[in-house]
Amino acid sequence: MGIEARFRTALGEFELDVEASLAAHGVTALFGPSGAGKTSVLRCMAGLERAPQGVFRVGDQTWQEESRAIFVPPHRRSIGVVFQDVGLFPHLTVRKNLDYGRRRAASADRPSSTAIDADDVVELLALRDLLERYPDRLSGGEAHRVAIARSLLTQPRLLLMDEPLTGLDVGAKAEIMGYLERLFRQLAVPVVYVSHSLDEVARLADAMLIMEGGRITTQGSPTELLARFDLPVAHTDAAGAVIEATVDGHDHTYDLTHLAFAGGRLTTPRRELELGTPVRVRIQARDVSLVLDRPRATSILNVLPARIVERADESRGQVLVRLAAGEATLLARVTRKSADQLGLHPGQDVYAQVKSVSLLR
Amino acid sequence: MLTEADLQALWITLKLAAMTTVVLIVLGTPLAWWLARSERSFKTIVEAVVALPLVLPPTVLGFYLLIALGPRGPIGGALEALGGEPIVFSFPGLVVGSVIYSLPFMVQPLQVAFSSVGTRSLEAAATLRASPLDRFLTVAVPLARRGFLMGTTLSFAHTIGEFGVVLMIGGSIPGRTQVLSVAIYNHVEALEYAQAHLLAGGLLILSLGLLVAIYGISRRFQLWRI
Repeated sequence: MGIEARFRTALGEFELDVEASLAAHGVTALFGPSGAGKTSVLRCMAGLERAPQGVFRVGDQTWQEESRAIFVPPHRRSIGVVFQDVGLFPHLTVRKNLDYGRRRAASADRPSSTAIDADDVVELLALRDLLERYPDRLSGGEAHRVAIARSLLTQPRLLLMDEPLTGLDVGAKAEIMGYLERLFRQLAVPVVYVSHSLDEVARLADAMLIMEGGRITTQGSPTELLARFDLPVAHTDAAGAVIEATVDGHDHTYDLTHLAFAGGRLTTPRRELELGTPVRVRIQARDVSLVLDRPRATSILNVLPARIVERADESRGQVLVRLAAGEATLLARVTRKSADQLGLHPGQDVYAQVKSVSLLR
Repeated sequence: MLTEADLQALWITLKLAAMTTVVLIVLGTPLAWWLARSERSFKTIVEAVVALPLVLPPTVLGFYLLIALGPRGPIGGALEALGGEPIVFSFPGLVVGSVIYSLPFMVQPLQVAFSSVGTRSLEAAATLRASPLDRFLTVAVPLARRGFLMGTTLSFAHTIGEFGVVLMIGGSIPGRTQVLSVAIYNHVEALEYAQAHLLAGGLLILSLGLLVAIYGISRRFQLWRI
């Protein structure tokens, strides 16, 4: 019961030629530079664009199969879309914006067992105080929340989000990401999330498709892909490893939380999470330094024994090093000078000093 | 005081303006929508034809309408062959002429309003399960409401003020096709200045009042988003 998509169509200067099967659960990030065709894929999925050679199936429903002349128009697809520029109706209050899709979907579809409750969504996205306002009286973050809620209330079988954090300031971004995390955890709806931000992908996505020049070049989990040297994502400033861990203990004296992962233990500032809660952390390559001997006196709490797997010399005198810490992968970015002085090479045992660990969820 | 013929002229004028406006809303809305959305090349020609009444002397328009609608004209002849009444020098003929004459006053404001609705709102409505007609009625029309208000007002006011076309295809038959503007002209011709003043002044106040009211409402549209 997965999602199957195949779209081929002319797209400005190049051709969109995409074939993918996605999981029926969780968040799939469509990642790539602007102009890679991510939004076009989303529009084809929504039915707003029609690829002359296209196939699109979600579970047992076929929304497009040109060889059998099947094309279901967007308003007959059980789909929720959150547009980059929000697209709230300016002439309707927030409440009426929310009702617009909810009413129409309710009369068109049979109620499904995984019904999304309107009150829950209003609660979850903190919209109660905004219901009587008009869209031009909303802040950027509020408008995004309304748009997300509006698309959810149509009880979609698939939620499509086109860079839903674009145009928001840092604070609003962090806020919406928090809401999205909670939503994605509570909803059973599969999500396709278009983004060109590694931060968002690392934090929100369960699976990742990398697009370039109208094609999907790579597919995998963010944990795996963000640490692969043969992909451009590893060679950006934001390069880093994403690690799945569980909460292992709290240190009440020093206000710290311990996390266990496949490569050992990590310590982070204290978070009120129950023992055993699965979390995802991100360790940026620039926050990892390498030493050959276990440091005896250091202010850094997280020191992990690791083995060098791969070394890649980058421009600007930098070296990116991939490490295996137990089963987990870590990335470290050091200067070429240090790398040569330490004689870093694959197979070498080192200690990774991790300066900061960010808890993603 | 107003003579009976004057009152009849007033009544015919208002009836003509009202009917013309209704017909224009019905015909002009889809035409304006098409002009706002279409990317066909012959759209330019259609736009030019719609705008023609703005530049042509009304007598030119009236003259061709008279020929086309007359018993030997293509339209009038066909009507007659089908057993219809000739529509020149009759009230229906006036409506046809006025609709064509006032067409740009309805279509142009509507076209501008529809163009500014933007694809995003309509696409959003599509993904929220609204059919094409549904999105037109619940998104495009409300968002273009100022265009409707402007188009309706201008068409109505413009029809009240028309003279040349009406005179050409309607003549000046009191009680049937004589409208206010023609009645005023007749009074002036007959040197009945008092009567002419009454009608002309009345028309002036009526038109001004109408426009003030509409511009006022239009402002509130913005403030209250009715």
